[in-house]
Parts: sequence; structure tokens; C-alpha cells
Amino acid sequence: MARKITYQQAINEALDQEMARDPSVIVMGEDNAGGEGSPGEMDAWGGVLGVTKGLYHKHPGRVLDTPISESGFIGAAIGAACNGLRPVAELMFVDFMGVCFDQIFNQAAKFKYMFGGKAETPVVIRTMYGAGFRAAAQHSQCLYSLFTHIPGLKVAIPSNPYDAKGLLIQSIRDNDPVIFMEHKVLYTMEGDVPEESYSVPFGEAAVVREGDDVTIVALGRMVSFAQDAAQALQKNGIHCEIIDPRTTSPLDEDTILESVEKTGRLVVVDESNPRCSMASDIAGLVAQKAFGALKAPIEQVTAPHVPPPFSDALEDLYIPNAAKIESAVSKIREYG
Amino acid sequence: MSDTLNRERLLRAYRTMRTIREFEERVHTEFATGDIPGFVHLYAGEEASATGVCMHLRGDDYIASTHRGHGHCIAKGVDPVGMMAEIWGKSTGSCKGKGGSMHIADLSKGMLGANGIVGGGGPLICGTALAAKMKNDKTVGVCFFGDGASNQGTILEAMNLATVWSLPAIFVAENNGYAETTSSSWSVACDNIADRASAFGMPGVIVDGFDFFAVHEAAGEAVRRAREGGGPTLIEVKVSRYYGHFEGDQQTYRAAGEVQKLRDEKDCLLQFRRRVTADGDITDAELGTIDAEVLALIDDSVVRAKADPKPGPDDLLTDVYVSY
Ligand SMILES: Cc1ncc(C[n+]2csc(CCOP(=O)(O)OP(=O)(O)O)c2C)c(N)n1
Ligand SMILES: [Mg+2]
Repeated sequence: MARKITYQQAINEALDQEMARDPSVIVMGEDNAGGEGSPGEMDAWGGVLGVTKGLYHKHPGRVLDTPISESGFIGAAIGAACNGLRPVAELMFVDFMGVCFDQIFNQAAKFKYMFGGKAETPVVIRTMYGAGFRAAAQHSQCLYSLFTHIPGLKVAIPSNPYDAKGLLIQSIRDNDPVIFMEHKVLYTMEGDVPEESYSVPFGEAAVVREGDDVTIVALGRMVSFAQDAAQALQKNGIHCEIIDPRTTSPLDEDTILESVEKTGRLVVVDESNPRCSMASDIAGLVAQKAFGALKAPIEQVTAPHVPPPFSDALEDLYIPNAAKIESAVSKIREYG
Repeated sequence: MSDTLNRERLLRAYRTMRTIREFEERVHTEFATGDIPGFVHLYAGEEASATGVCMHLRGDDYIASTHRGHGHCIAKGVDPVGMMAEIWGKSTGSCKGKGGSMHIADLSKGMLGANGIVGGGGPLICGTALAAKMKNDKTVGVCFFGDGASNQGTILEAMNLATVWSLPAIFVAENNGYAETTSSSWSVACDNIADRASAFGMPGVIVDGFDFFAVHEAAGEAVRRAREGGGPTLIEVKVSRYYGHFEGDQQTYRAAGEVQKLRDEKDCLLQFRRRVTADGDITDAELGTIDAEVLALIDDSVVRAKADPKPGPDDLLTDVYVSY
């Protein structure tokens, strides 16, 4: 039975159900329960924004708070995954990957290949990304392209509550290391989510909206902006097809290419900085594999090549929005 | 740079602590109105730490701060008016509204920035101290960090490096009892953060962070030693924060009445006032005058911060590189 819950509740429910199903699933991170050693209430926070709240009491001994030692505990989650557990470790903000990246990209990502196929590292690293909270340059980045770049890592980027639950369950059951990217602004987004457990497979894009004129590939929070833009463009008789890749590694190339074969026009919407981004990656893919179908240059709607600014006045200019998507679509519609 | 606390220096110390307190109390009430964007971490309660340490520093000494950086900034001489505007995201702010509360910096005052990355400052201070040593300019670097940060690899690496290179660096661990909700008695595996000093071959001292005079004395010795080429020191300041981890924190992990008791019994400003007026050298009225002046300054900073312009579209793309 589906009912409306938030993106945040969907993530909590996925963790709860997987912990109930599989005793090897554990959760760890800074203040994931909260209150460790303190005089007041335990499970005081359930993570900095409350996403893991309640799990501590429901699954005794399996929600571990950690000191502020990301190299230490993210690495420990990876080691535990090599030794029979299925840890879901929380890297509070993706920006903090700077302090623990070695454990992720030289260790977890490499074991399987380097050890000649013998190792399995079923770890999930949940992390919060994205601008919109006026949290400035070290708490607002959109770094999934860095993880996507690394062979051996899988990267899931849910854009709505349904996918958040299904992709997280898939991430936990998957036997490879998965980076699970949660957009902080989406936590309050509501949507239909079945109560029962289900998984969304990796490497299967969602066709969020069908249309013949222009393909819009959008990621994470950008999917809803693309929907707003498509709605508005429809009034001008422009029919957009919206594709949400849902995972960037693996990437569902076929769904993107088939759509561009049909429309001949592509706009990629990516909240991250433009250089070496998912936008440039997907544009490159289409330029190479669907060149013959293209009727116009590919447009990329991204943040500019600057760090996320603090001031609301600047951050609002920094983040891509529906208006920018509309003008990108109009531009390539009018081309040639 | 005299260490002796004469009248003039005592009044200066009081003014600094009072300015920090007033600034933070004001940000607290303004935040509650919903006017201030982003995350704000307040330093109220910890004023004696920043003040007692920074009283020993020259303008060209460097400090590295934390996410809870307003107090360090003020104690190092950063203009509160620019700080307030920064917190409001205005173009007149210390960082033109690009950094916000967590990134206030003023390199011209030797303030290398508040920091959104816990433990980020330790290695940076090794770097400023290395430069100082190579230039032989007799300046020092101070890294402020929290009990939570004391468990971060960057801080532990930095302390080792500072001793290996015999750097003029001072590590000030502000142990306010919590990292977010997590007690330092749980997260720090040894009894005291200062106990770790011996593992890094440097002196470690513990001071009561509500007592300006204790902080001032310990810091004076550490700074003197660093300036004279004697290498780094770790000072653990035992203190508390009066507000939540950030504004909006319900603080259910704390004991009931915990903060009120500290405010009533240990508050650094209260203790300071009692002690200096009991000595007879400084009167209540003199301190009252400072209180009024500080209040006017903070009032003015808020009025201006609210009225000042926000940055404009042209500002978005500037300041990324020196040249490109
Ligand atoms: C690398 C990194 N990890 C985690 C965080 C999130 N965070 C911000 S402040 C904080 C607690 C810091 O505690 P402490 O060092 O004791 O400083 P305090 O807040 O008590 O001043 C945490 C976990 C961060 N900003 N950076
Ligand atoms: Mg602390």
C-alpha cells in the first residue's frame, strides 16, 4: 500500500526494513543516534537532520555513533564490509569526503579488481549534498561526478521519495560499494511510497515524462525543476521528454540515447559545477553515440564554475532553475 | 607585548569578552526572527578562551578558527560590523557575503578563517608557523579546535608535524563538553585531550576556560615559548557553550539546568568583574561604561547589516582565482 511520506522518511524506512530483514546491516555515523556519553536523552538527533532517528532504539546495538574521525569510521565501515557486515555509513555532508577520500577511492573502490576479483565490499556510504541551505562553499557541493569517475564505485542519486527508498534498499543489498547521494533540500519532499519493501535496480533510468521535441536529462533535485520547465513549455507547444538516470554509475546509456534518437535535441541539467561533470559526461556520450540524430548543439544547464556562495542573493543565482532550463530548451528548439 | 595585566589591558580584556558576548546574544535573538540565513554556531560562554589567548598575539600572528568562530574573530581584531554584515549575507561583510558565519576571515588581522571542516585548521597553522620560522619573523600561529576536532586525523597529524619541525604553533583545544550531541567524555578515549600532548612530544596543560586569568597565564607561557623557538604547546581549555550546537538545536542531550548553573556560577564575565572590582583598581562604573559602548556598537552593526545591500549578479563569478 502506497501512502505519502517524505524523502527523509523513505530513507529512514529503507534502513529500518533492511535492518529488520538482515542482521548484518548496521548504521554508523556522527550523531546518527546522538547523545552518546551525554547526560540527556539518547537518540537525541538521529543524524544532524534527523534522518536516522528512531533506528537506535528499534535495532539495539546496531546504530553506532562515531567520533569526528571520518577517515577512521568510513574506513572501518569498509573493513567491516570485507568481514561479513553490511554497513551503512553516513558521511554527513559530501563535502567532508575531503578528509576520508583515500578509504573510499583507493581502498573500497579498488579491492575487487586489485585482489583479482576475490574481495567483496558491500558498504553503503550515505551522504548529503547540494545547495539551497545557505550553507556556503564547504557544505553545499554536488560532488557525485567525482565518485562516478572512480571505477569500482556505484553512485545512486534519488530524485524523489519512491526512488530514495528503492535505491537505498538496492544499495544495501548490492555487493559493491555504493555512494548514496541525498539532496538536503529534498528531505521534505513528499511522494507516494509503498509500505512494503522493494528495490529500484541500478542502471535503469526513469522516463519521468514523455515528449517528442527535446530530451532533458536531469539529476537529483534538478528533476523537479525540469518538470516545472516542461510544464511551462508545453503551453508553447514544446513537448519535453525528461529522463532521470537515478544512478550515474552504472549509467543507463540506452534510455538516454533512445530518447535523443527520437527528439534530436538534448539539454542536460546538473546542479554541480560544469567542468568534468555529469552534464559534460552525458553530453559527451550523446555526441559520440547519437551524433547523427542531433539537430542542434547540446545544452548544459549547470552551476557556474565557482564554489557555492553563502549569500541567498548569490546562491539563488548559482543554482540552476526552471527558467534557465526553459531558455536552454527554447534555444535549441530555435536552432537551425 | 607585555604579559602583565595592567589596568589598560584588563579593560581591554573585558571589552573583548563583552563584545563577543553581546555579539552572540544578539545573533541568537536575531536568528530566532528568521532573518539570518544558513547555519550559525555561537561562542557564548567560551569568551575567556579566545580573549585570554589572543591578548598575547600580535597583528601579524595567525590564528585558525572553527565553525564556532565569531569569538576568535573578535578577539583577533576583526571588525564586528563587517562580521555582522557577513552573517546577514551582505556585500559589506568581511567576505562580501560569500562566506557567511562559518567562513569569516580577515587575513589583514592574521585571522585565517572560521572553518566549515572540523579539524581543517591544524595543518594550516603548521603552514603559517613554518613560514614564520623560515622568515624568522618571530610570529606564531594558534590553532583553535574543539573536543570533537581533537579526534580528527588532521589535528593529530598537525600536532606531530609541529613538534617534528619545532614550529612556533599553539594548539588550543576548546573542550566545551560536546561535539554536536556527543559528549567529549565518550569521544575522547583518554581522560583529557591535553594528555595527548606527551604522545606528540609537546607540553600539555589544562585550564579552566571560565577563568580568563588562567587562560591568559597558560597561553602567555605557550606563546612566549613558541616565539623563542621552543616549539609547540597543547592547551586544553575546559569550558562550555551556552547555546545549542547551532541555532535551532533543541539540546535534549544536555542535563536540565546545566547551562543556567554555569551562567550563574561560573560565567567568565561575572568572575572577571568580581575579581577586578574586588581589587579596587577598576570600578563597576567603568565596566558599565564599556557595557554601554559595546551595546551601542552591536546595535549599530545590526542596523547596518539589515540595511546594507546584498551582493549582485556581477559578484557571483568573481574571486575564484587570482588570475585565470
Ligand atoms: C570534517 C567534518 N566532519 C563533521 C562536520 C560536522 N560538524 C560540524 S561541527 C561538529 C562538531 C564539532 O565539535 P567540536 O570540535 O567539539 O566543536 P564545538 O562545536 O563543540 O565547538 C560536527 C560534527 C564538519 N563540519 N566537518
Ligand atoms: Mg565541542
